[in-house]
Amino acid sequence: MNGGPSNPPPDAAATDLPPAVQQLIGKPMYEEQSEFPIEIGYVYNTCAATQNGSPLYWDAKVAEEIAGGRIAPPTMLSVWMRPHFWAPGASGERKALQTHFDLKELCGLPEAVVASNEATFGEPVRMGDVLTMRQIVRSVGELKQTKLGQGRFWVIDVETVNQRGEWVGTETYTCLGYRRPEPKA
Amino acid sequence: MSAVRNLLAGEVKEGQEIPPLRINVTATTIVLGALASRDWRPMHHDKDFAVERNGVKNIFINTPNLAAWLERFVTDWTGPKGRLGRMTFKMKSSVFPGDEMTFSGRVTRLATDDTGCHWADVDMAVSVEGVVRFEGKARIALPGNEADNPWTRKGQNWKP
Repeated sequence: MNGGPSNPPPDAAATDLPPAVQQLIGKPMYEEQSEFPIEIGYVYNTCAATQNGSPLYWDAKVAEEIAGGRIAPPTMLSVWMRPHFWAPGASGERKALQTHFDLKELCGLPEAVVASNEATFGEPVRMGDVLTMRQIVRSVGELKQTKLGQGRFWVIDVETVNQRGEWVGTETYTCLGYRRPEPKA
Repeated sequence: MSAVRNLLAGEVKEGQEIPPLRINVTATTIVLGALASRDWRPMHHDKDFAVERNGVKNIFINTPNLAAWLERFVTDWTGPKGRLGRMTFKMKSSVFPGDEMTFSGRVTRLATDDTGCHWADVDMAVSVEGVVRFEGKARIALPGNEADNPWTRKGQNWKP
């Protein structure tokens, strides 16, 4: 998903939506658990990839003193919801944020970009945690002309809790699904 | 923990600039970040795909990894007791191998909520050759004094 559209997202749901799309709005979907207990290896990978030397993530003693144990950087929240590239018995491409792909298909909009993201962070993610996520379509906008082509903005929340039922965070994705303009003859 | 430096809320002023960070981006930077964030999409590791399918000049940094870079940038400034409550980010254009990313940030607002938690709102940008490629806002909790620790807040005492 390259670049970003300039048009602002809508606040209200559109009135020209197919019924199948209307039915998705506000309904929690695709509740699933993280595929493995949260582990320090991925934390090290992220810190290494961003040259993040915070002792909160590298020094167990500092982590214990500040956070009561090893935790993951909050912005890793979305890392835990992405599926393995391949797993035994899986067929086809495995996708995170399935509601986004559902909306592309139901709206007949083959291309999409993420226009903006917002994340709110709750209880820290701790090593050994098992997270449960669910996706909720908050709104789908009217069909409109954008720089990229004709399309709709939509907003999807991914809510995450840990195995103790504590709220860990919510990520909000504002996306534009669109169709490229027909090439001029 | 005496060697660990933590920024206190009283040391911060509205309008204050965050020390800038400069990073030279290579293909390795981009692939490391994509794989660390479990983002297997080919435009973040396969140059042919990025050029032919996305119509861009090379592979480019994925959004979740740029969010992690922004977190590193802001917590380098606060120290480990700085606790992120909220982050908004938007990609304006892409970051490619050969680019030098410059991270900049400014405190826009300071507040103390009704639980006594001290907050700094920060505007951040990632620029290449003076042009903003990625921008974000963070709300980060800071300790009020040496004994305070935002990470101990839970439930109704944590209002990000």
